[in-house]
Order: sequence, then C-alpha cells, then structure tokens
Amino acid sequence: MSNPQQKITPQIIYSGFKRLLPLSVFVIVFGLAFGLAASQSGLDNNSALAMSASVFAGASQFATLELWSAQMSLVPVIITVFAINARHLLMGASLYPHLAHLSKAKRYGALLLVSDANWAMSLQAINKGNQGLGLLIGGGIALWLFWVLGTLLGLYFGSAIKDPFSLGLDMVMACFLLAMVVDGKKDLRVFAIWVVAALSSLLAYWYLPTNSHVIVGALAGGTFGAIWMGKKA
Amino acid sequence: MSIDTAGACALIIIGVMAIVTLATRWGGIFIMDFVPINDRVQQFINAMSGSVLIALLTPLAINGDMGAKLALIATAITMLVLKKPLIAIAAGIVVAALVRQF
Repeated sequence: MSNPQQKITPQIIYSGFKRLLPLSVFVIVFGLAFGLAASQSGLDNNSALAMSASVFAGASQFATLELWSAQMSLVPVIITVFAINARHLLMGASLYPHLAHLSKAKRYGALLLVSDANWAMSLQAINKGNQGLGLLIGGGIALWLFWVLGTLLGLYFGSAIKDPFSLGLDMVMACFLLAMVVDGKKDLRVFAIWVVAALSSLLAYWYLPTNSHVIVGALAGGTFGAIWMGKKA
Repeated sequence: MSIDTAGACALIIIGVMAIVTLATRWGGIFIMDFVPINDRVQQFINAMSGSVLIALLTPLAINGDMGAKLALIATAITMLVLKKPLIAIAAGIVVAALVRQF
C-alpha cells in the first residue's frame, strides 16, 4: 500500500489538536490524580508542576513519587524512568518510515510530545492512508496542556485534604500503576514475565539496597521476555 | 550518590527525568538512522516496561495494610472486567477508604 507523503502544516496540527480534545478530559482526571499524589509525597507544588510540564509521562511520574524521599539517589530514578518510558523508543521507531523524508528539526520536533494516545491515533491514521502527523503534534499539545492543567487542579485540592490516608487517597498512585499493568496484553508469557519481575523484585527488596528492587525486577522481567520471545508485535 | 530533595535539588532530579524521557522519545528514530531495532530488543523493551511497574507494586502490596491490599485487588478485578482505568482506580480508592473506616 502506498501512503501519501506525511506533511506538517498549521492546519493539520490544529485539526489534530481538536481530534484529541475529547480524550483530554480524561487526561485532566489523571493529571488531577497525579497532583493529589504529588502533594502527599513531599513534593512542593512548583516541583510537581515542573515535573508534569517537562516530563509529561504519567506512569513514570507516579513511579518517581513512589521513590521520592528526603534523601534520594539518582540512579534508581534514571533506571525507573527509562524502563517505564522505553516504549517511546518503539513508538519513534514505528513512525520512522513516515518521518524519514522530513528535515531533522521537523522529525525530532514531531516526536517531542509523543505519548501513548497521540502515537496510536497517528499511526492508525497513517496506516489508513490519511495525514497522521497532525494527530501526533497537535494531539500531543492538547494532551500536554490538559495534563499540566489537571496536575494544577490536583495540587490545589490535595493541599485542602487533611487526612488522605483515611480517604484511601494514598492509593491513587499504586492503583494507577496497577491499572496500567493490567491494561496491557495478557497471556501466559506476559503472566510468566510478571511472576519473574515480582519474585526478583521482592528478593531484591529484602536483601539488596533500598530501591534496587525496581531495577532488578525490570531487568529480570525484560531479560526473561527477551529469552521467551512472544509473537511478532 | 544521594541528593537532598529540598528546593533546587528537586529540580535537578526533575531535570534528569525530563532528559531521560526525551531521550526515549527521540531515541527510536535516532537509533533507526543507524540500525533497525530488532525483534529481540523489542521483546525486551516490552517485557521491561511492564516488569518495572510490577517490581514497584509487589513490595507495596506485600507490606501494605489491609486497605491497600484490598484496594489493589479491587483495581485489578475492575480493570479485568470493565477495562476502564479511571473506574478501576476509583474502585481501589473507595475500597481503601471503606476498609479504613472500621
């Protein structure tokens, strides 16, 4: 199938922005959850907002909150953020053939705000023979705006809540991460990977230095998945 | 190496997070300029991205109070049945809040 050459124009970006607006309502709620969780983790409001604006990757931000403490080391944060966001590498790679004809600045600019939703919609549009980069760029801008806005709302409400524990709000982060895990593909191989990750992380949690369980679990599960290969994605 | 998270040091951590994340956003097309990402690397990355979340959650689930444990179970079940993240998260929080009232 021959696809039309993918273009980037203001009109295409704007129409992509509008297409992602309905979804962005949900992004506000997720951002709100992040703001709430951040306000309980000892992160000050400016830092939490700066994190949402500059990182713009929900699961890795929630995970970092889990590691957050008065004294923290950088290495577990780097590994955790990389491991969670490594799927961006695959998104970029999948869009590569459709970006190759563009200038370097446009190519990298287009991927600045790539995340799950705008990537999926963009690739789907391209594979149908439509213009897809507007969804990627304009959609990314929409998602980013509402993620930051949601964070702001969550920080505002979070500071007003006196006893988050009795309201179950300390569980926002863990429940969010668990929902992300369960959302993915599930088969015997994936389940085996989860078991390997869970057991290895527990062992590391009990016997190795603080926070190394995240690294150990991620690498053990990843390696196991590279040995027991699934069907082609 | 360990750093204080007060004030400006928090911004260092956030800056590093932003750089690492941007590297993942740009890395895919950067690598493809030199060598295509092969099947085994793809499988590793996919397996790793789920594993890191499991690795974070397992100690939380084991060490958490009854409210936390039941909240996670509620989220997992709701997610499996309804496949709606927001509802699943809300279910978990409601369960934790209810358990902790008694």
